[in-house]
Amino acid sequence: MFFVKVYVTYKQSVLDPQGEAVKGAIHQLGYEGVQDVRIGKYFELKVKQTAEPVEEVIETLCDQLLANVNMETYRYEIVEMEEEA
Amino acid sequence: MKFAVVVFPGSNCDKDLLWAMKDIMQVEAEFVDHTATDLSEFDGVLLPGGFSYGDYLRCGAIARFSNVMKEVTRFAEEGKPVFGTCNGFQILTEAGLLPGTLLRNESLNFICKTVPLKVVNAQTNFTSEYETDQIIHLPIAHGEGNYYCDEATLAQLKANGQIVFEYQENVNGSVEKIAGITNEQGNVLGMMPHPERAMESLLGSEDGRLFFASMIKNFGKVTN
Repeated sequence: MFFVKVYVTYKQSVLDPQGEAVKGAIHQLGYEGVQDVRIGKYFELKVKQTAEPVEEVIETLCDQLLANVNMETYRYEIVEMEEEA
Repeated sequence: MKFAVVVFPGSNCDKDLLWAMKDIMQVEAEFVDHTATDLSEFDGVLLPGGFSYGDYLRCGAIARFSNVMKEVTRFAEEGKPVFGTCNGFQILTEAGLLPGTLLRNESLNFICKTVPLKVVNAQTNFTSEYETDQIIHLPIAHGEGNYYCDEATLAQLKANGQIVFEYQENVNGSVEKIAGITNEQGNVLGMMPHPERAMESLLGSEDGRLFFASMIKNFGKVTN
């Protein structure tokens, strides 16, 4: 069993208007030092071990569904976990 | 010529499209469920606006994997006409039937108003009843209509005449004010504005009629 964390964010070349709006609010709070805010999506997946390597499963899912690679990039972390009863 | 209006969970402009085709354009049209696996009795497919699958994940991302989209893809590959408006456009980009993607409007606002558009290319089978550079008025109603593509894709769109409609004012932040595009073959068109809501002067504009008239005239010739 694997526990997988997937992070999807807009590419740097794509304007993130939500991030910009939140950055504005942060500056209003007085934290002018915060230079950039990007908002993304976070997924937690529990994946059973199969013949296919888990990395390949996750990359396929990211490329086809979890991210739109036209505008987004993704990264992921895979942690092996004990089988659930 | 017979049109399929695909109904996804969350479609809310399906009735407008059906009405536009049957009552105004006087052609055959019927609803087709997202679970359908056969479109062989139809000559054209229309993907309506709305919020398919609640726009969860991304607009159109989940609808793309519905049963009917495999058949829509096959239909498009055969050169038959596929038209998507608003959420239908988003589904077509997610399905890879049209290049690019739709981002959140630059202003973050949901925009609902009638806007002037320029018909950039009146040589397509969807726009032949208009004049090139004609200004028409169609309603928009979207929160994520900001068309985005990379520079290589934009160059291809321009070189192939795939940019069909442009906003007069860049209402949502789209690359080069793009409001609607076709695929390279010219038989798939997606646009954020709603021609099906501009069919009667009583409702503000009749400028959508010539869009469907072009489709029926040009693609009807091929299929009938």
